[in-house]
Parts: sequence; C-alpha cells; structure tokens
Amino acid sequence: MATENRTTQQGVGQTALEGLDLPAIAKDSFMAAVLVLALAVPIIGLRTVPAPQGLDIEGRWTGVAIAVAAAFAGRFLLNIWWAQRRSRQRAAQLAAPALDIGAYVQTFAKYIGPVLIVVAVALPWTPFASRYVLDVGILVLTYIMLGWGLNIVVGLAGLLDLGYVAFYAVGAYSYALIAQYFDWSFWVCLPLAGGFAAFFGILLGFPVLRLRGDYLAIVTLGFGEIVRVILLNWYDLTNGPDGVSKIPRPSFFGLPFDRSPDQASESFHGFFGLEYSSLHRIIFLYYLILVLAMVTNLFTLRIRKLPVGRAWEALREDEIACRSLGINPTNTKLTAFAIGAMFGGFAGSFFATRQGFISPESFTFVESAVILAIVVLGGMGSQIGVVVASVLLIGGTELFRELEEFRMLAFGAAMVLIMIWKPRGLLAHRDPTLRLGSAGVGKEAT
Amino acid sequence: MEYFVQQLINGVTLGAIYGLIAIGYTMVYGIIGMINFAHGDVFMIGAFIALISLSVLGIVGITWVPLALLIVLIIAMLLTAAYGWTVERIAYRPLRGSFRLAPLISAIGMSIFLQNYVQIAQGARVKPLQPVIQGGVIVMEKGDFTVSLSYMQMIIVVLTIALMTAFSLLIAKTVLGRAQRACEQDRVMASLLGINVDRTISLTFVMGAALAAVAGMMFLLYYGVIDFFIGFLAGIKAFTAAVLGGIGSLPGAMLGGLLIGLIETFWSAYFTIEYKDVAAFGVLILVLVFRPTGLLGKPEVEKV
Amino acid sequence: MTAEASAATRPLLTVEHLTMRFGGLVAIDDVSFVANDAQITAIIGPNGAGKTTVFNCLTGFYKPTVGRLLLDRGDRKFLLERIDDFRIAQRAHVARTFQNIRLFPAMSVLENLVVAQHNRLMRASGFTVAGLLGLAVYRHAEQKAVELARYWLDQVGLIERADDNAGELPYGAQRRLEIARAMCTEPVLLCLDEPAAGLNPRESAALNELLLFICDEHKIGVLLIEHDMSVVMGISDHIVVLDYGRKISDGSPEQVRNDPAVIRAYLGEEEDKELPPEIAADLSNPQDGQDPKDPGGTA
Repeated sequence: MATENRTTQQGVGQTALEGLDLPAIAKDSFMAAVLVLALAVPIIGLRTVPAPQGLDIEGRWTGVAIAVAAAFAGRFLLNIWWAQRRSRQRAAQLAAPALDIGAYVQTFAKYIGPVLIVVAVALPWTPFASRYVLDVGILVLTYIMLGWGLNIVVGLAGLLDLGYVAFYAVGAYSYALIAQYFDWSFWVCLPLAGGFAAFFGILLGFPVLRLRGDYLAIVTLGFGEIVRVILLNWYDLTNGPDGVSKIPRPSFFGLPFDRSPDQASESFHGFFGLEYSSLHRIIFLYYLILVLAMVTNLFTLRIRKLPVGRAWEALREDEIACRSLGINPTNTKLTAFAIGAMFGGFAGSFFATRQGFISPESFTFVESAVILAIVVLGGMGSQIGVVVASVLLIGGTELFRELEEFRMLAFGAAMVLIMIWKPRGLLAHRDPTLRLGSAGVGKEAT
Repeated sequence: MEYFVQQLINGVTLGAIYGLIAIGYTMVYGIIGMINFAHGDVFMIGAFIALISLSVLGIVGITWVPLALLIVLIIAMLLTAAYGWTVERIAYRPLRGSFRLAPLISAIGMSIFLQNYVQIAQGARVKPLQPVIQGGVIVMEKGDFTVSLSYMQMIIVVLTIALMTAFSLLIAKTVLGRAQRACEQDRVMASLLGINVDRTISLTFVMGAALAAVAGMMFLLYYGVIDFFIGFLAGIKAFTAAVLGGIGSLPGAMLGGLLIGLIETFWSAYFTIEYKDVAAFGVLILVLVFRPTGLLGKPEVEKV
Repeated sequence: MTAEASAATRPLLTVEHLTMRFGGLVAIDDVSFVANDAQITAIIGPNGAGKTTVFNCLTGFYKPTVGRLLLDRGDRKFLLERIDDFRIAQRAHVARTFQNIRLFPAMSVLENLVVAQHNRLMRASGFTVAGLLGLAVYRHAEQKAVELARYWLDQVGLIERADDNAGELPYGAQRRLEIARAMCTEPVLLCLDEPAAGLNPRESAALNELLLFICDEHKIGVLLIEHDMSVVMGISDHIVVLDYGRKISDGSPEQVRNDPAVIRAYLGEEEDKELPPEIAADLSNPQDGQDPKDPGGTA
C-alpha cells in the first residue's frame, strides 16, 4: 500500500500529527477494510449449517462488521504509528538504538534464573498449592522441558524440526510398553525410552540432515505423521486409537503412592508415617518434571560452551564456512538431533507415567507446532525465553479456558506477528560462550 | 485388469487435483525460494468458498448446473486469490530478506491461523454436499465388475489440462510470465531493470491461490465432503508432488501430482488403505534423499 | 619484495589436467600448475576465468570432472579430488576464505576463531564426554585454543574487538578475521579468494604485509586469487593466469607481465597495437595498479 512512500515525502521538521497525510491514510485504511470485507463475507458472513436437504446458510453479519471495522481501525492506527515513528527518526536524524529486551533480561538472568527456581521449588508448599495449580505447573514444566529439548535442535543448531512430537511419542510409547511388559521401574524405563527416541532421531536424521532448511522441515513433518499413523494402525503393539492404558504410576524409590498397596510393599505415606493424601503423588510428579527439566537446562547450558555446541551454532550461521573449517556437518547435526530427540523421549516418558494412559491423539502436528511456537516466540536459543513463552502460552491458555477455541487462532496469529516484529524471537539475545576479557585468558563467560 | 483400469482412472483424477495445488508450491518456491506452508490451507479455503457459494446459489435459485458451476468457479478463484494475496502481504512480504527461518515459521503460523479461522467461522463438523454432477460412462464391463468413468472425473481431467495449458502459455508468452522468470533468476537484477518485484511475487501468490481454488472446488465436487482440516494432508501431498516432479518446474508439478495420485490410489487398492499417507510421506523422504532435484528439476550447483 | 623461486623450494600442490564441466559449460579446461611450499602463488585472470572454480575443486566443494590434485605435505600425500570437503580441511589441512565473506556473524570474533579449532578441541573434549564432566584435559585444550586465537587476533589487529560479534565488524576487518580464522585451522596450504576486494589502499598494503608474514614465518603455501595488481605483483612468487578456463601463462611476475598472451587477455584481441602508455605503465608499476577490467566482456 503506497501511503508508506507518500507519507515519507512529507515536509521535514513537521512534528507529530501535522505531518500526517490523513486523506491518504484514510484511503489506505479504507482499501484494507474493503479487502477484509471481501475476505470475510463468504467465510465469516455465510455460515453453512446442516439442513435436511444438504446445507443451509446462516448470515452472521455482525461478525463481518466487526472484522471490517477492526481492519479499518487497525490499519489506520498502524499508519499513524508508522508515520510518527518516521518523523521521530527524522527528528533524531538516526534511529534510536532499539531497546534490546533480550539483552536486558539476559543481564538479569543471573538473578531471574535462581529466583524462578526457588519459586518453582517452593510452589508446592505455598498456600495456593491446590491440586489444580500443581497440575498446571506440571503441564507448564512439561512444555518447558520440551521447549528446551527442541531449543537444542532449532535454536542452537538451526534445524527446523516440525516433527518433534514424534520423539515425544516414541518416548511415551516406549516407556508405556516397556513398563507394562517387563514391569520395570520408572528409573530403568526412563533412560531406555530416551535412548529409543535418540535412536529414532539418528534413524531419521542420518538420511535427511543434509537437506536444506525448508526441505528438512517438511521431511520431519512427514516423519511425525508417519509415526502417528503407525501408532494408530499397529493394533498388536500399540492398541491403535484406543491407546495404552494402565501404565504403571511412578513410585518413590519403590514406595507406591497408593492408599492401600499390596501386602508385599509399603506405601509412601505408610513409610513416612504421614496421613494419606492424593496430593503426595502430584507433588512427587511436580518435582520429578522439575528435576528432568532442570537437567535438560543444565545440559544445554554446559554443552553450548563445548566444541560441539559451538559447532552447532556455527552450522546455524554458515554451513559452507563450517565445512571449510573441517567440521563434519552431518555428524554435528546428528548429535543435535539425537540429543534433542532424547530429551523429547524423556518428556514423553514423564507424560506417559503421569497420565497413565496415552493414545495417538496426544501426538498430532499441532503439538509439534505448539512446542515450536514456544521456542520461536521465546527467542531461538534463549533458555529463559522458553520459560517465559511456556508460562504465557500454556499457563495463559489455562487461565482463559472458556476461550479454548480461539486458543490456536491466537497461537497462529502470534507466530506471524512476532516473526514480523522480532524475527529472532522475543528474548533473542546471545552471550558469547567465551570472552577474551582483560581479567584472564579465556575465562568462561558467566 | 478391470480393477487396475478403474484404479488408474481414480488415480489420474486425484493426481490432477494434487497437481493443481502443487503448481502453487512450485511457483512460489521458484520465485522466493520458500515453502508456502499456508498453501494447503488456501486450497481448503477455496473449497469452502466453493461450498458456500454453491449453497447460496441453491438458495437464490440458480440451479442450472453449468451456469451455477461457472459462477462458483469464478467466485472461488477471485476470493481465494484475494486470500492468497493477503497471506503474502501479511505473513511473507515484511519478512523478505529476514532471518532464514523467519518466513517459514510465519508461514506455519499463518497455516494454523487459517485452519482455526475456518474452524471457528464454519464449525468443526464435516460439511457434506449433495452430489451435483452424477452419472458417467461405462468403459469396460466384465461379469459384475464395471469400469466407469464419471462425468465428474472427465471434467476434472479436462479442466486441469486446459488450465495447465493456459498457464504454461501465460508463463512462456506474457510480460507477466517473463517478469516472473526474471525474478526467479535474479531478483535484484530484475528490480534494477524496472520489474516491480513485489507485484510480481504478489501475482505469483494470486495465481497459485486461484489454481488452488479450482482444485478445492473439484475436491468438493468429487468427494462431496470437506472440513477445515483437508488442507493439511492435501497440502503435504501436493508439496510432495512438487518435490517429486522437481520444485520450480511447472510440468514437474503436474507429473509429480499425477504420480502421487497414482501411488496413493494403487497403494490403497492393492495394499492397505490405512497406510496410504505413510506411502506418500515415504515417497517424499525417498525422493529428497536420493534425488533432491526431483524428476524434471534442474540440478542445483551449490554457490560457494 | 619478490622472492625468486629458489631451487630449494618444494612443490606443495601439484594440479594436473584439472577440468570441470557444468553440463555443457566448461568452467576449467585442462589446467595444470604447481604451487610451492612457503611461497605465494597467485591465480589471476579476467572475471569468469574459472579462478574460484579452481578453489572450489581444491577445497572439495566441487568434484572435478577430470584431473589430479596432489597435495604433498612432506610426511603425507593427499589426492584432494578424492576427499570430501570437510575432510580436506580436517586431514589435508587446506584452509580457505571466500569471495563473499563467510563468517559466523552472530558469534563473537573469538568464537569464530575457536570454532576453527573444532577438531582438535573435539578430541580434547573426549567427543563431548570429558567436556561435559569438566575434566582438566579439556580446559587446558581450550586455553591453548584461546591462546592461538589471541596470537592471530594480534597479527590481524583485532584483539580489541575479540568479544564483539563478527557481523558487527567493518568490512576490511571481516576480511582479516576470515584469514585469521583460516590460519587457526593450522593449514599447510591457505587459499585466499580475493582477500583485497573492497579494501582501501592502506588496508591493502597491510594485507600484503600479513600475507608475507604468514608465508615467511609460518612456512606455509599461499594460493591467492586476486584482482588487485598491487597485491599480486608485489608479493607473489609465482603467477598463474587463466582465461576462459584455460591456463594462458605461468611464471614469475616479470614473465607474466611481459607475456603477450596475458596482455591480450586483459586488453582485447588487437595484439598488433602497442599498449596505450598509461595502461602499460599500470601493468608494470605495481604500486598504484588498479583493478584490471576486461574490455572484451566476459562470459
């Protein structure tokens, strides 16, 4: 829309609203409104409803009116904002240094991190620790862990993986089936499930990791769907759409959380001489996922400062340069893929043991997209960004339950808008892994 | 043999639909080197617009089938093209020249948005349509197994061939087509030579969306049911078709569509219908691994 | 400054019958030459002569259609045409820079140089395991890597910017950083693709010094693609001239400067005519040489 150029040519030195070409802005906004009218009339305005003979149409013109008005107002304000930003920049003769929220948060990350951990650890002992709050906490932490796992693949190595949920599913099903058939404990099954997921990551990664970014995205998406379709149809192993149920619940180092366990074993509350409470299990699960997530985080923070971590980031920046420096691109990407898959598998095991029941429905593409959205919106490569995005997206949607159907709509819109606003994510800020400070040789950056 | 011929007919029909969607992928990829992730959903919107306008025409009383279909075709193409234009304008243009993964992620966001937008506006339930075009001709008959070619299938194949021809001519002969090919080769140079690159890219999206609308309408008439989710699978399969044929190549997109349609149909007919999507994805992975340039694509020399 | 090729020099790289075809296009046609150890060999030629393609074959980004590329390090011999790109850098120790600078822009200058020492650090970190455990072996290796990086940062004058992002450096500094990064791989052969492109005369002179330093102090072979004649004529021991994918001349700077075939390639076909005096002066006067343009137009 051409107003952008026209308003630029307005006289220099005029301030604020004086410099606005209001007729042009109005015309531009009007055009936007007309476009939205054309788009909205069939889809929003004419709703198809089932009728005895095929379909009937029901008009919903208020919806259209709202959409058109919103388009006009939005475009109008956007234009004014643009014009003002331009005149401000002209007045200052140079763009004011943009506020880097990421850097700001990063400086405080030293304090924010520990504070968040203390809050997370203390949560079950605070007065509002109801079952509901803890359940939401577990959910958010699960997504934080998944986000951190995917962050290795997308944020550090720059590999766009749209099938991350496949590894989550592999972890969950491996855990469920191993625990059921062999009756092994959670702590034995967990590494096995993670190992299986990593194995699947290598299996998929080996042939496809040489592909360019967008091809890789679509292949991983296809892989995610293949895994889901197989889970759905391999009745003998996975019980198909009915899913796997009666997955063993975790025990506290052999002490089950049941009210009255079998004769052979003692229960958790019995052993510690506590009153039975169903909350015990929830609190245990809460701490379990907190520990798993923190392990993922610490692992990532550490590996980022190792050669392999730097090579991941270098590959994200320029693969050809990496090859000229003797870095094996396929192997390096493969480690990122496998490690990311492994953490996905761990999270899947946790999901399975927490739910006690899993079915292919939990592992659709939308789930992959949600995890990716968390990584992207938080700021690719930013650990604290994942936390913020998970709390906002998962915790936020829990608060607005009645708006459930608008959840994914807002999700999609947020992904587009944040990419336009900050293509590297909200809190994207990177601290070097090494500093040549005057203080000492190669002192590790904190 | 009869069974085989019947599956061949069905496969070609399906392939024609995939091919039309694949053209949208291949053109956009050719010109801006990006997968338009939301293209499958634009196809879905095309199908919905066709459904809605058909229903409206039914209520208004225009029931002479050829006229109704022609009107529906025009409305669907125009409005879907508007959707295609808007998608490009909002989700892709601001990100041109941005961080590598940014446009892809915004495309995924757009796809999620469009799906849920239609789901909220039109409801999540499957939308049935009374058959509009019925009947057909019997090609072969043996015992009680007849091989039939329905009028609908004929229309789909003929319309696809006509559109493909028109489209190839458009790219090969017109100023617009030349501008498009120039932008494909070198966007900076094209803009220096006075080609409006933004407009050319917009028009590419518009044309891709219009063809997707035709595909959506044919899908609706052929299968008789649509829902807000059809874009996802059809989109991936059409993309597979574009890659199989050689991304960036128009005949490749058509050939790839045909092959994917046939693979899917024969797989369902002779193996298991449950795993037909796995077959399509499997083909995608195999093609990308063993022949990333596709069947008709030009080998790409890596620029160092 | 020009050092005459002495009898003591040893061939480091021997290129024999190198041919590269892209479909019907012959980018390099039967080119053979030798680059000596501890010397600077320049490859010059008009635009589109196939210089960068030679580099891409040498560093494994392209597989040559025909030809043998023998790298003789003294202790080991490598046939480069048979090795994958990253293994050429890893095992044969051939390093390169790129015509369009390829740094890791979002990583710091120091990190760029440490990434270049990836393979050594990978081994020291026990393929990540020892590193994860925080063993001393790895910490020592990392310190040594930083020391090497610091050494090269000193040489290229970027020590002050070590903690800045590579993408924020000015153009000339990025070129120098790319050379420093290549040197951090501890190469035996350094291939530089137009290192002086876009540099001002002062930066260009500093580059001459740097290249001579690398060659003399570190005793490695340098292979150089360059348009800037002041660089080429000033520091090269040996020049190879390509035109339309063929070698048209090969020898010392003196020999090449006076070779009629070279003059023809640069100035067009009219070989009978005397060179216009100012162009002849340019060609023979390396101090203020300019970017030679190809008036005949290139493919």
